[in-house]
Amino acid sequence: MKILGKLTILLCGVLLMVFAMEFPDWGDPESPASTHLSPYFIQHTLEDTAVPNIVTSVLADYRGYDTMFETTVILTAGLACFLLLRIERKKVHHRYYRHVPTGVSLRMEGDKFPKNSAVFQRMDANWVPYDFIISRTCRLIIPFIQIFALYVVAHGHHSPGGGFQGGVLMGASVILFAISHNLRAAIKSFSEKTAALFSVTGVFIYAGTGALCLIFGEVFLNYSALAPLFGNDRVMARSHGILMVEIGVAVAVTAVMIWIYYNLSSAGKQDEGL
Amino acid sequence: MESIFSLVIAKANYVAYIILMMVGLYAMIAKNNLIKKIVGMSIFQTAIILFYVSIGCKRGATIPILEHHAPPEGVAHGAEKVVAHAMDAIRVADYINPLPHVLMLTAIVVGVATLGVALALAIKVYKTYGTLEEDEINQQLRSG
Repeated sequence: MKILGKLTILLCGVLLMVFAMEFPDWGDPESPASTHLSPYFIQHTLEDTAVPNIVTSVLADYRGYDTMFETTVILTAGLACFLLLRIERKKVHHRYYRHVPTGVSLRMEGDKFPKNSAVFQRMDANWVPYDFIISRTCRLIIPFIQIFALYVVAHGHHSPGGGFQGGVLMGASVILFAISHNLRAAIKSFSEKTAALFSVTGVFIYAGTGALCLIFGEVFLNYSALAPLFGNDRVMARSHGILMVEIGVAVAVTAVMIWIYYNLSSAGKQDEGL
Repeated sequence: MESIFSLVIAKANYVAYIILMMVGLYAMIAKNNLIKKIVGMSIFQTAIILFYVSIGCKRGATIPILEHHAPPEGVAHGAEKVVAHAMDAIRVADYINPLPHVLMLTAIVVGVATLGVALALAIKVYKTYGTLEEDEINQQLRSG
């Protein structure tokens, strides 16, 4: 199998190399990819949508349908992880608790113990205390990551950024919290129900923006129809429509990233994570 | 000899993406461990992203964000103000091709999501068969 694999790789590699030498040079401004379609977008984006970032305008306006279904694909991936892995927590016979002020660990039979006590902290069988430096550093960093994520979403019209990137950053901040503390602490602040609700809400915001255009009497995802709503002219309304759509994407991506992490890191139990 | 060398230098991006793609493909075909196969799939995907992004490159061009200035006070509002204060003429050669970037932007995030599904499947396989080695799984399937 290994030799067969190597032969296949060699054959494919040599064939691809030979034909790649016929391709245009790297960075050639006259290459076919840069001469036929893309000049239209570079020249007309500003007058069509009033968005200087061409990537954003193509993503959310010229090619809005595609991005809507990409968001749906991400939601589907989150759902697939959930349906594949999620299992009911087994009935536990005993739990370990730690008395926070003194650091004494207790083994409690049954599950009669108060769940949300400030003095007692639930712990796992292989529990180690959060590392002081790591947990404090992450607590300091996380708000800045989240502010930066919001900036990336909101400033996506004028600088590199947008819903996908901002959403991933926002999701990463919660995942960082889950890694630096533990999964249970993260689930307490951002529960699985919230993640599921947000991921659907994001797709709903996107599709809802499109449907709003229908209500205003134009075709699906034609943001110009929203001009009376925003009190602006038809071109600027496209810019605002793109922002609405990007917010929807960001919400969906954030929630799905967190949801996938919860399920993967605990193999679906969502009890003892990494 | 020198001409071949200069040819390879001029098309370095294709050489890089082919090598990366073959590494990924080899891992997918020849490796026995499912996690290694998933890693190979990720490398393959990265190679394709590299290929697309390098296609969009233009020598002497900048990122595809049109240059524009802040409008002076008290001018027309709305879209006119953005359009009117963009650079006088937009030269196509000044901006790299945005279309491959748009394609790859979504591909990266969707790639992460599908990677999550692949890992979830791997966890499920491990729970069912107690191993991630493909030959051991096949053996169990045949005997069971």
